[in-house]
Amino acid sequence: MIRVDRIHKSFGKVHAVRGVSFEAPDGKITGLLGPNGAGKSTTLRVLYTVLKPDEGTASIDGADVVTDSLAARKNIGALPHGAGLYPHLTARENVAYYANLCGIDKSEVDDRVSSIITLLEIEEFADRRTKGFSQGQRTKVSLARALVHDPQNVILDEPTNGLDVMATRSLRRLILKLKDAGRCVLFSSHVMQEVAALCDDICIIANGQVAIDDSIDGIRERTGQSDLEEAFVCAIKMVGEE
Amino acid sequence: MRTLLTVFFKEVLDNIRDRRTLVSALLMGPIFGPVLFAFVINLSIDRALDDADSSMDLPVIGQEHAPNLMRFLRSRNIDIVAGPEDIDGAAEAVKTGEHDVVLVIPANFGELLADTVPAKVELFSDEANSQGEKEARRARSALRAYNQQLAAIRLSARGVNPMLLSPINVDAIDVSTPSGRSAMLLGMMSYFFIFALLMGGMYLAIDSTAGERERGSLEPLLSLPVTRDQLILGKIFAACVFMAASLMLSLISFYIVLKFMPLEQLGMTPNFDLGVVLAAFFLLLPFILLGAALMTLVASFTKSYKEAQTWLSAVLIAPTLPILVVSILTLRPQLEFMFVPSLSQHLILVDMVKNEPLNGLHIAISVCSTLFFGALLTWVCARLYRREGLLG
Repeated sequence: MIRVDRIHKSFGKVHAVRGVSFEAPDGKITGLLGPNGAGKSTTLRVLYTVLKPDEGTASIDGADVVTDSLAARKNIGALPHGAGLYPHLTARENVAYYANLCGIDKSEVDDRVSSIITLLEIEEFADRRTKGFSQGQRTKVSLARALVHDPQNVILDEPTNGLDVMATRSLRRLILKLKDAGRCVLFSSHVMQEVAALCDDICIIANGQVAIDDSIDGIRERTGQSDLEEAFVCAIKMVGEE
Repeated sequence: MRTLLTVFFKEVLDNIRDRRTLVSALLMGPIFGPVLFAFVINLSIDRALDDADSSMDLPVIGQEHAPNLMRFLRSRNIDIVAGPEDIDGAAEAVKTGEHDVVLVIPANFGELLADTVPAKVELFSDEANSQGEKEARRARSALRAYNQQLAAIRLSARGVNPMLLSPINVDAIDVSTPSGRSAMLLGMMSYFFIFALLMGGMYLAIDSTAGERERGSLEPLLSLPVTRDQLILGKIFAACVFMAASLMLSLISFYIVLKFMPLEQLGMTPNFDLGVVLAAFFLLLPFILLGAALMTLVASFTKSYKEAQTWLSAVLIAPTLPILVVSILTLRPQLEFMFVPSLSQHLILVDMVKNEPLNGLHIAISVCSTLFFGALLTWVCARLYRREGLLG
């Protein structure tokens, strides 16, 4: 369960996030949707505790991301935008490194790594060094490494960027699996169709503010648009006019 | 602790597989120093031997006018060869570098000598050419000696004691020992060790900060349930291990190179046996933490891999500065110098090589102060690693 309460974040003169609030409950997929530069990544970076909010609070399963950041990180699996791997290590070693850092019992590390590799269908290239992996392969390994400690909350920043259709599909299947296992999945995207295909709740962000936070049907209803893309554009305009 | 060890082992494995790191740590540093050193030593040995015994060719115009002088020059291992046609040719030959030096003896040389009038000879040389200058100096000193010999003969013939001409007899006595003389040349050795040591950890330091950020692997790493202190400490310790390996290799390669160098010919017998190799390793060990922390610190300020490389190249030179200042001012080892890392190690190492008794207090201060600065920089590094701006 992720809770965000009126957070603000500025970088110098740029006020990137201006009072964003939303909730991402367990057992559901929540989409953070918005155009480029809307403040999605900044919001997510606050949640996985690499940035501190200037104002407002956020918590992961009740643990505050600023005052109790270590506990908050324990329950997060994060896939930052453009996450990189260690090119001289194999995919399996990359995942095992994170498993060890997360404090998984030494006797269980190998099993855990193997099972996550099976789950993400990366056995084929698991024992190759990651140098020269395709974008899809890299994303899968990054995801395996983020999920190796079996976190309750999963934060994915634009995970489908640069993926082909097949890779996108298998990623979608995985996200649905996580949902079925009762996890809280929060992911950002700037593609309306992708969010619509997966999410239970959608939080549309523009200009660092929340435009609409609702289910897909709710968004259609409130914008008065039946076409999702139109609804998206309409919601963004609502913020712009304020 | 487990986190720290996990990071440590991962960095070691990662960098062992990285050819660039490996080459710079285990090849560049340890080989570069001794090879350069051997080159310089061999050059100076060649020069030293050159000066003393080798014969030199002296082109002379008008040999027939001074047969006794020619004989005298030959007795000083100077071979007389035929020179250019005339004086103009002599000047031209020296200018173009065909000859380094040309001696011109005028036709009236013997006549003037017989009349006891100063007899003129001309020596052409190019003072801007260092090799030519050396030959000219040798020719001049031979002519001076001949001059004194003739003067002494003339005085004796007139019943005057030639000793009157030298009221003072200067006898220069060199008190340096063979080991002491080695220290001058081997002084630069300590810098090679520090250079090799820093080289060893350089790429690891870059990789763990700027490199990790550029690759995009830093952000997911920081989102793990570990403290950043443990991450940075693991990385610094991994750099320490590479630096220690590089240092050890460079000490051993120096030991081997010195075995094969004809240093006795330069009047040097450096004290550099295996015991000194080990002592030098432990003496420089505290500097490793300082070096690793310093490199990590500088690299974490930079925005990219390339920028980090540029800055760290400057860091490679930094430890020479105190050594250089003290060498130029030829200052004697003092207690205060022992507080300065790199300088203190250099001075103690020089004493070791000179085979002089070591000052325990100096060593204690050197170790403590270097460790203190190392710990301080490590702490600063850890503070910096907690910054938000780390992600750039």
